[in-house]
Amino acid sequence: MIALSDFLTLGALLFSLSVAGIFINRKNIIILLMCIELMLLAVNLNFIAFAHFAGDIAGQVFVFFILTVAAAEAAIGLAILVVLFRNIHTINVADLDKLKG
Amino acid sequence: MNQTLLLSIVLAPLFGSIIAGLFGNQVGRVWAHRVAVYGVGIAFVLSVWVLKLVAMDGETYNQQVYQWLQSGSLSLEVGFMVDALTAMMMVVVTFVSLMVHIYTIGYMQDDDGYARFFSYISLFTFSMLMLVMANNFMQLFFGWEAVGLVSYLLIGFWYKKPTAIFANLKAFLVNRVGDFGFLLGIAGILMYAGSLDYVEVFAQAPVMSEQSIAIFTGHDWSVMSLICILLFIGAMGKSAQVPLHVWLPDSMEGPTPISALIHAATMVTAGIFMVTRMSPLFEFSETALSFVLVIGSITALFMGFLGLIQNDIKRVIAYSTLSQLGYMTVALGASAYSAGVFHLMTHAFFKALLFLGAGSVIMAMHHEQDIRKMGGLKKYMPITYWTALIGSLALIGFPGLSGFFSKDSIIEAVHASEIAGSSFAYFAVVVGVFVTALYSFRLFFLVFHGKERFKIDRHHLPHESPAVVTVPLILLAIPSVISGYLIGSMVFGDFFGSAIVVHANHDVLAEHAESYHGVMSFMLHGLTALPFWLAMAGIATAYYLYMMRPDIPAKLQQRFNWLYCILDNKYGFDSFNQTVFAGGARSFGNLLWQVGDRLLIDGFIVNGAAKTVGFTSKVVRHVQSGYLYHYAFAMIIGLYLLLTFFVV
Repeated sequence: MIALSDFLTLGALLFSLSVAGIFINRKNIIILLMCIELMLLAVNLNFIAFAHFAGDIAGQVFVFFILTVAAAEAAIGLAILVVLFRNIHTINVADLDKLKG
Repeated sequence: MNQTLLLSIVLAPLFGSIIAGLFGNQVGRVWAHRVAVYGVGIAFVLSVWVLKLVAMDGETYNQQVYQWLQSGSLSLEVGFMVDALTAMMMVVVTFVSLMVHIYTIGYMQDDDGYARFFSYISLFTFSMLMLVMANNFMQLFFGWEAVGLVSYLLIGFWYKKPTAIFANLKAFLVNRVGDFGFLLGIAGILMYAGSLDYVEVFAQAPVMSEQSIAIFTGHDWSVMSLICILLFIGAMGKSAQVPLHVWLPDSMEGPTPISALIHAATMVTAGIFMVTRMSPLFEFSETALSFVLVIGSITALFMGFLGLIQNDIKRVIAYSTLSQLGYMTVALGASAYSAGVFHLMTHAFFKALLFLGAGSVIMAMHHEQDIRKMGGLKKYMPITYWTALIGSLALIGFPGLSGFFSKDSIIEAVHASEIAGSSFAYFAVVVGVFVTALYSFRLFFLVFHGKERFKIDRHHLPHESPAVVTVPLILLAIPSVISGYLIGSMVFGDFFGSAIVVHANHDVLAEHAESYHGVMSFMLHGLTALPFWLAMAGIATAYYLYMMRPDIPAKLQQRFNWLYCILDNKYGFDSFNQTVFAGGARSFGNLLWQVGDRLLIDGFIVNGAAKTVGFTSKVVRHVQSGYLYHYAFAMIIGLYLLLTFFVV
């Protein structure tokens, strides 16, 4: 039997991986988006694990919502990415330093 | 005597001043001077009426006219007190003022500031009347400051002239020093007498004279001496006594009618008037009287010496004014108040006459004021010549003319006085007689006699001034001759009545009053006395030095060069003030500017605050890198910290 702690460990690992991915990655902005998705999945995993072990279906319902929102978010993110590439001809994260006053 | 009469006297010149000053352009030059002259003329006629009521019918007046404000027990009021002293001052002020108004029509006719000038002198008349008619210290102080203001405005009348601006600033600042003492004196009176009303304060005088005050712990001062000395410091500023005399010679930068009215006849005598008015207080303090006596005698003697070496016609007369003010102050110090006020009156007439005569000469010389470039004017300007002769003889105390009676009574009073410093004062006033005669006739001979040293131009020979100038000269010459004959009632009689209080132990005039048997015997006695012969010697010396042997003064100047230097530098008062007070104030200001303003406020507080913000921003700016991952990291760290804080 797989214990709750195993699920949580996996979730935490995935979350940490994605955080690390955001910081360590300096090359590709697509990887950044993927890391964000991965982060959401790690959170979803926690939801499901808790829902299962607590016997409460609400957590699983919530996951569906999150997946939906994540899909929409990914679509918007990719769209922004396309426009960004058209304008500056690069997807190198280190070159994207326009986000300041 | 009623309130309407007194109010009309005061307000008529004010009305003239407002019309000439504010509506000068609308009413035109002629109406500007007419309205001013009429205003002062009304004041003069009514003042004569008041004098008649006081002197003949024995009426007096002392009432509040208007209450300005009431704060606790302190009440600030406008009120009039009219007794013999006030009435005499009112007549002198309005008479000289009227003469000067008329004279100004001729003297200032080509000036752009014609209406402005009339506005100022009418305003001066108003202020001076407020001063002399006051029945409380508050109004006295108002008049005191108002005449100071008008004096300032008039010295700087030609405001484009740098020397005039310097002189009016100097007059204002030096007077501030005196006024500071005056204000402290008034504050002391309010503190110890609890009132500002003359009558109430004088009633408190015996009580006040027994109190003492510890300014420094362990040293008790008599309250009365302190208050009187402080009040006298005010008088020293206004009446130009050493060492606050420095502004008066410089005030000659103003137009000549002003020198006659304000800086010779009336305003500068305000201090003398004030001390006389305060005689019930001064009588209680021998210390203050001695102080007054010594200051007066120093002024009388040493300022006379300075007149000997001046070459500017107005400055010679200005130093003579200083010296004569010293005589009046000496009289006050010797408790011979009535003699002081008597000299004030006669001096007002003959000094105004001399100044207006000088103005007439200056007009004829096309505004040349150096007496070395004049001479021989007698045949061109007969009226000016004769009136100036009368003025000069009155000034030196020639028997029969007004100055003789007033100056002789002062000298006699000082001789009889026994308070500390009176022997020095006697020496000073007697030597002063010789000096006065010497500089007066030096001026007179250099201007009117001898050879003509001005540049002769066939078409512009000097000529007598117009009637508006000569008529005031003649009208002033009359009282310069006859006003001395009032000595019987003013000095030895009881004309002033209760206006002047003298304690029996220093009533120096009383014993003279006993031996006074009419004007003639006084004159005969004067002919045998020392001052008369000194005055004659002064005239003879002046005649010998400047008419017969004009080379001697130059030789004397070379021989006694050090003495000449001291006199030429006016004993160094000016340079001392310039270096120590003006220079000191300037370097102190500079220090405050550099350290306080530039370093502390600008540098530390204002720019320092901006620099701190700038420096902090420079550091903090690195946080905003523009990189997504930095922001994301910050968000996560923030989230982590918040969670730690709220959850754990």
